[in-house]
Amino acid sequence: MIEFSNYDILRNLMFATQWTILLSLAAFIGGTTVALTLTAMRLTRNPAMQRIVRVYVELFQGTPLLMQMFLCFFGLSMLGYEISAWGAAILSLTLFTSAFLVEIWRGCIDTLPKGQWEASRCLGLSFLQTLRHIILPQAIRVATAPTVGFSVQVIKGTALASVIGFVELTKVGTMLNNATFEPFKIFTLVALIYFMLCYPLSLYSKHLEKKFNVSR
Amino acid sequence: MSLVNLHQVHKYYGDNHVLKGIDLDIKAGEVVSIIGKSGSGKSTLLRCINGLEQYQEGGITVDGKEVTTEDIQVRRLALSVGMIFQNFNLFPHMTVGENVMLAPTIVLKKSKAEAETTARAMLEKVGLADKFDSFPEKLSGGQQQRVAIARALAMSPKVLLCDEITSALDPELVGEVLKVLEQLAKEGITLVLVTHEMNFARDVGSRVVFMHQGKVWEQGDSKTLLSNPQTDELKQFIGAVL
Repeated sequence: MIEFSNYDILRNLMFATQWTILLSLAAFIGGTTVALTLTAMRLTRNPAMQRIVRVYVELFQGTPLLMQMFLCFFGLSMLGYEISAWGAAILSLTLFTSAFLVEIWRGCIDTLPKGQWEASRCLGLSFLQTLRHIILPQAIRVATAPTVGFSVQVIKGTALASVIGFVELTKVGTMLNNATFEPFKIFTLVALIYFMLCYPLSLYSKHLEKKFNVSR
Repeated sequence: MSLVNLHQVHKYYGDNHVLKGIDLDIKAGEVVSIIGKSGSGKSTLLRCINGLEQYQEGGITVDGKEVTTEDIQVRRLALSVGMIFQNFNLFPHMTVGENVMLAPTIVLKKSKAEAETTARAMLEKVGLADKFDSFPEKLSGGQQQRVAIARALAMSPKVLLCDEITSALDPELVGEVLKVLEQLAKEGITLVLVTHEMNFARDVGSRVVFMHQGKVWEQGDSKTLLSNPQTDELKQFIGAVL
């Protein structure tokens, strides 16, 4: 049996943290992109489009992320699509993230008075011009804090990718525990690393919220 | 020749019959005040004229063109109809100048310099030339409403619709907004106002339209009508507000 010094444990965990960060970033970027598309679909007053978005949101908010990950990983390979654990993790986290972001953003857009749309319309602005010049600049200010706040959920969500065999922080923690039989030490360290990733984001989100409230 | 024409306009909100066959003809240069109790359909009528609300029967034309709520139509309409709202609806993330310049630059495709010249002239007209770089939240309600007027004027509309534009203002700020409107009326712009300001309707307006239960109940020359109402409903209304 190989001996693991504290240094070895920490080194391995730090290495794995990179993958957690990378997966979080990929999921966040993917989720943001999809959520933007869905938000645009929802804003068109087309009922069919709006229904698609509603079903999408219900589906991915209403089922556990772990099941989504299993389905992406095992389901897709059963259908004949080979997908790596990395690919399945990104895909399912993207779906999950976008389903929540689109709801968060809808709330932000809805807080803008209807009069902003009407005034734009009466001035002859098109739908896209209204979005670009009037709605988005205001909505982005409102949305930044809750969006940053939600990124914490994404980071914690990446832990589930360990179950489908993607080697990130939690997975490496499990592996180290199997080798050292020191669960308390290992998992405390793992939790601490997650905390160090998430806490600054929470703080930043609170800071943004305060800044926004003051300038209103 | 009529600038705004409504012919047998009916409007329903679900089962609620809000406008019951409105006929109205407004000529260029007229200042028409629409008065009536809340719920009589005044604001709805105004919002039908600029395509913010859909109507179910009848026809509305502005400057000879038919009004619908279709996007492309509404945008063409916006070139001839300006709208001022009760709550100003200025864009809070833009300065006063940007508010006024926005539509001329992106809708009329004017150059920035040209739009700025117009914007400054319009702000001058409403007495706010010095507020060009201020943000709306730094202004009083009356000033914000005057910016909204300048913003609408910058599109050089043929008719200006005003939806209870002094109702959200503190009493001492009402005067400054009405003064601007009076000036515009003198310059010959066509105004259609939904208003509770009876004195303004009588002194500045050329015609008063009294709405009751979704119909044009009585209308006529403003001074005559307000001093000598024919129907009991208008007598009651005037008695209640004066």
